Amino acid sequence: MSVDAPGGGGRLLPQSVASDRFRMRRVMIALVILAALLAPLEVYPVFLAKALCFGLFACAFNLLIGYAGLLSFGHAAFFGGAAYVAAHAAKEWGVPPLAAVALGAVAATLLGAVFGGLAIRRQGIYFAMITLALAQMVFFLAVQLPFTHGEDGIQAVPRGTLFGFVSLDDNMSMYYFVLAIFSIGLAVIYRTIHSPFGQVLKAIRENEPRAISLGYRVDRYKLAAFVMSATLAGVAGGTKAIVFQLASLTDIQWQTSGEVILMTLLGGLGTMFGPVVGAFLVVVLENGLAESGLPVSVVTGAIFVVCVLLFRRGLVGEWIGRVRARSP
Amino acid sequence: MLRQMLCAIALVGLGSTSAQAQFRSDTLKIGVLNDRSGIYADLSGEGSVVAAQMAVEDAGGKVAGRPIQLLSADHQNKADVGANIARQWIDRDGVSMIIDVPNSGVALAVQEITREKQIIFIASGPGSSRLIGDACSPTGFLWTYNTYAMGVGTGGAMVDRGGSSWFFITADYAFGQSMQQDTSQIVVQKGGKILGSIKHPLNTADFSSFLLQAQSSGAKVIALANAGADTTNAIKQAAEFGITHGDQQLAGLLVFDTDIDALGLATAQGLILTTGFYWDFDDQTRTWSARFEKRHGAEPTMVQAGVYSAIRHYLKAVEATGTDDGPKVAAKMRELPLDDFFARHARIEANGAVSHDMYLAQVKAPGESKGRWDYLKILSTIPGTVAFQKPENSGCKLVAP
Repeated sequence: MSVDAPGGGGRLLPQSVASDRFRMRRVMIALVILAALLAPLEVYPVFLAKALCFGLFACAFNLLIGYAGLLSFGHAAFFGGAAYVAAHAAKEWGVPPLAAVALGAVAATLLGAVFGGLAIRRQGIYFAMITLALAQMVFFLAVQLPFTHGEDGIQAVPRGTLFGFVSLDDNMSMYYFVLAIFSIGLAVIYRTIHSPFGQVLKAIRENEPRAISLGYRVDRYKLAAFVMSATLAGVAGGTKAIVFQLASLTDIQWQTSGEVILMTLLGGLGTMFGPVVGAFLVVVLENGLAESGLPVSVVTGAIFVVCVLLFRRGLVGEWIGRVRARSP
Repeated sequence: MLRQMLCAIALVGLGSTSAQAQFRSDTLKIGVLNDRSGIYADLSGEGSVVAAQMAVEDAGGKVAGRPIQLLSADHQNKADVGANIARQWIDRDGVSMIIDVPNSGVALAVQEITREKQIIFIASGPGSSRLIGDACSPTGFLWTYNTYAMGVGTGGAMVDRGGSSWFFITADYAFGQSMQQDTSQIVVQKGGKILGSIKHPLNTADFSSFLLQAQSSGAKVIALANAGADTTNAIKQAAEFGITHGDQQLAGLLVFDTDIDALGLATAQGLILTTGFYWDFDDQTRTWSARFEKRHGAEPTMVQAGVYSAIRHYLKAVEATGTDDGPKVAAKMRELPLDDFFARHARIEANGAVSHDMYLAQVKAPGESKGRWDYLKILSTIPGTVAFQKPENSGCKLVAP
């Protein structure tokens, strides 16, 4: 289970190898940033924005399962709940987009505190079931409450203007808006898992009784990780509502909780960028197969099975493993 | 003199730009967006694409000298996937018209996009009255049916046929409640009585207590104001209780041919429903349906027949205006007469509703049916003027109340 972020382990390496790898990493990061900035010239920006939203969602989920070892089966509640709140705020209260996303994130944080407070008292399958049950309750509310408009969802949400002068109606500016949010979210996650707090989480994941015996109050750490994960999932959900100008039951139903697990496993559990790759893969499949006439869910399922059989650590996890094995 | 010349130059300039902007691309692209792998795949899905192909072929494959190209995609019943495809079709591929889109959540999303981009959107798959109500669009049409017409059609016609007392089993969310409300209104208006109603949560598996209550109410008509799996579950259990064998009648307010095909006649027999089209209605419908059946292997649903009818009418409007400009074509579509094997006595209202004759039908007993798809007896025709809401009352801002 000790798949770590690239270069995260502090192993002693010969100077030249270490600096080589360091240089390679810097070049790669620069290339990724360049690609992210130029991508909308080639690929449809709304599609990219969607992939980024799901990427952030999967990273938020991965923060919980990959680093704290907690499998939540109710993350759709945070994603969808925030989408509804953000959509409602932007449409009915005329709130600017950034504030709408923030309100969505606040709602997800509150939900996360309630879910987490109840669920972390149990472990393993019981933890997953409690989160699923609570998420189903939230789904039920979304069907019932008048402000969500039932199966129609909240539609025609205005994209609004950023800081009062950048109109997000333009797909390009919308993409860069989402890219900025995504980058900040990712930076927060990166800092968290590389902080002492993140180390404690990993310790809890590896051996909870030992972490307790070392004097850590593991429940508090778990709760903090859970709430953080919920908040970031909320940021992703709120942003998606602004991008697509809608919030619907799709975002909040249990299938979405399943989808985010799929994304994370495909990309690589417990890796920094794996969930992003997984999210892109699933979103590309969802859209690419839409016009092919093939049954999308069946194909995605088949790919999942193949991936789990061939790349147990996910695409990115496997790649990191190969690179590590080759270098001394 | 100078002014005249300037005017002339300006006119020429205008003329040339509008000549260039008459079409969005070299071919006229029509996008069929629907569910091809989920719960609506049978009633729209591939069948709608086949119907669209037939419409294009019957129009000669060309309109205003341009070849017609069909695109199709699966929205997977996800509003964001549907919205993404619709946007991409319009922004990147130059699609001029989007059609079908079952699932009201996805349809409303597409309605918003097509309104903003001034693209024609013809909804055949969904039935949400909001598409022609508060969310109506100058370039949006609701071609085949809507929940109001289905409920009110069934309600009015049943009272006329002696169903004077009613009990509702209603799905407990916005759709079920508005359906019950609309239907109750017409029942009371016609002198019928509402004896009671009961709400059930979405996706209920066990309807026994609801059905027992409905049975003991003594109402002549038990109306199911729900949809999809809820409706089929309720019908199955009603058959087990033998409700339809007594003097009570079961009325489904939103039931499709494909639901009956899935339930089987033994279970569904006696059920009363409203439909916008039935393949075995008369020679005209039989001729078209035979052609469709040959290619698709199943008789057409009203949604699929609606797709054909809508594309034919749309292409006529494009031919007549010589452009694919949304607002112009929409205006022409409202202007041109519409009367074909699907849309009888039809009228396109200002709010985008296509009002046409609907039919009250009863599901046949297994003994009466001659084979697969021979499912319905048409009891009466409900004129479009009765079944469809007056545009003034729809809540659509395009119509002055």
